[in-house]
Amino acid sequence: MSVSMRQARALGHGLIYLIVSVGAVAMLFPLLWTVSTSLKTVDKIVVTRIALMPDPVAWNNYVKLFDRMDVTKQFTNTMTIVLAAEIGALAICSLVAYGFACIDFPGRDIMFILLLSTMMLPGVVTLVPYFIMWDRLGLVNTFYPLIIPRFLAHNPFYIFLMRQFFRGLPTDLFDAARIDGCSDLGIWRRIVLPMSMPVLATVAIFTFQWAWNDFMSPLIYLSGDKHKWTLALGLNALKGFEGETTVHFQMALSVLMIIPVLVVFALGQKYIIQGVTFSGIKG
Amino acid sequence: MAAQSSASVATLESRATQARLSRWRFRNRRWVGWLFIFPWVIGFLIFDVSALVLNFYLSLTSFTVGARAPQWVGLANYERVFVQDKLAGVSFMNTVYYVGLSVPLGMAVAFTLALLLNAEIRGRGVFRTIYYLPSLVPVAAASIIWLFIFRTRNGLLNLFLGLFGINPVPWLARPEWAKPALVLMSLWFFGQQMVIYLAGLQGIPTELYEAADIDGADALQKLLRITIPLMTPMLFFNLVMGIIGSFQVFTAAFLMTGGGPMNATLFYMLHLYNNAFRYFLMGYSSALAVVLFVVILALTLFVNKTSGRWVYYGGT
Repeated sequence: MSVSMRQARALGHGLIYLIVSVGAVAMLFPLLWTVSTSLKTVDKIVVTRIALMPDPVAWNNYVKLFDRMDVTKQFTNTMTIVLAAEIGALAICSLVAYGFACIDFPGRDIMFILLLSTMMLPGVVTLVPYFIMWDRLGLVNTFYPLIIPRFLAHNPFYIFLMRQFFRGLPTDLFDAARIDGCSDLGIWRRIVLPMSMPVLATVAIFTFQWAWNDFMSPLIYLSGDKHKWTLALGLNALKGFEGETTVHFQMALSVLMIIPVLVVFALGQKYIIQGVTFSGIKG
Repeated sequence: MAAQSSASVATLESRATQARLSRWRFRNRRWVGWLFIFPWVIGFLIFDVSALVLNFYLSLTSFTVGARAPQWVGLANYERVFVQDKLAGVSFMNTVYYVGLSVPLGMAVAFTLALLLNAEIRGRGVFRTIYYLPSLVPVAAASIIWLFIFRTRNGLLNLFLGLFGINPVPWLARPEWAKPALVLMSLWFFGQQMVIYLAGLQGIPTELYEAADIDGADALQKLLRITIPLMTPMLFFNLVMGIIGSFQVFTAAFLMTGGGPMNATLFYMLHLYNNAFRYFLMGYSSALAVVLFVVILALTLFVNKTSGRWVYYGGT
């Protein structure tokens, strides 16, 4: 019986292997195809059979892409937004989370319930009013509509995530610090933040992915000014050139957009898995 | 003796000051707490409360970006959503089609792969990473990539199908194929969900399976009686988030089809975007937004209400 069971298990594993391998190829192939196409010469882009290896390898495509549009500027613009989002998430949201987690003040619980309820608010109902607000302030085609909400901790999910973590920290430490005359700001900076590196790393990575991948907000607020474009808007513009082949450029820019996300993933894999599983939320 | 008493007086005094201090601190901390959450409170008042109120108000006006002040029109915008504007109905049904197909399919694929990759096979860490990678790709880049893959003539997908003798499929060129194509593309992103399920699977106590083995349960019984019931909280969560997210699908349709062919991929969010940022009909767009908001809210509440019957919440 044990022999047949072992055989059955081996067979089962073989089957799983087969399914999983086929699936893995299907998942990876579009990415490989993107890299491959980004390195093909224009006349080789349209193929009649699947040829993964570009021949000749046109590294020049990337150089020409930079000649064609200001990718460097788009990169720094994207990074500006990412950086602001990081400061907002790590500095401001963590302050707010400290308030909710470590200070007992009247009205706290009701405010926290309000915070949680905003997590379920679909973005669709705020799309138009935001635009009208920023338009009235004359701030369309500036980075402010994308930055100011971050500085006002307008990200209930991060606050929630950090608040949960802060509550798990030993309160004895806070009391000891308080007796030694440490202020709340000091406790936040000297005790809570250094002890919360895992959750801060998770939030930092989520923030990066989210801000880097965002398409709709830059489209609404920045597409009117070429010099404020993000990489995603650059991609959108490349697609728009009718009648000429820009596919190799589109793929090259896509590759350039994907690389930083992969680097961040490689560096912070542990924290991503931890964050995804903790929150159960989709990016 | 005198020294002792003075010492005790000193402790008494210091106790009194400490009490005063702690009273002061307590009173102080009442506003210190508010000080800490102050940035969020401001953001909440502006970006949640005011925005929500403004959206409801605008939906009762004929406001456009050029106009000075909103003109009150009552419920005319809503009448337009439900009666005059045929595209609103079309885009809503398109979205329902998309949500109805992509959410369950995505959940099924993610759950199945999580089960397979929970088995102790060699290199499963590598496989997990491979399945997770596509979900990292920015949606804008993914849309551009799949636009190329979906080409009717010599697109990657049709070249692949050609290997099996299948004729080229007009993926994004024909109305009947465009929505399935976008659903297919959405499946590329199941990795994030899969990771959640994997974590859940690892949390199931092995004793349960051992007990089932002793009772002579087969693999299917274990799956149906142990694994799936214990995974229902995660399935529930992903169902709710999937519904909220997919109802607001935008980028793929915007970049890949622009809503075509023949409005087959005109999703509700795209229709709203067109009205707001192409035609600048802010009042009407606000009404569109309110309708979608109510639909999402109702669906979420409905799923929540039924959850008592199928979601397992631990212990008792």
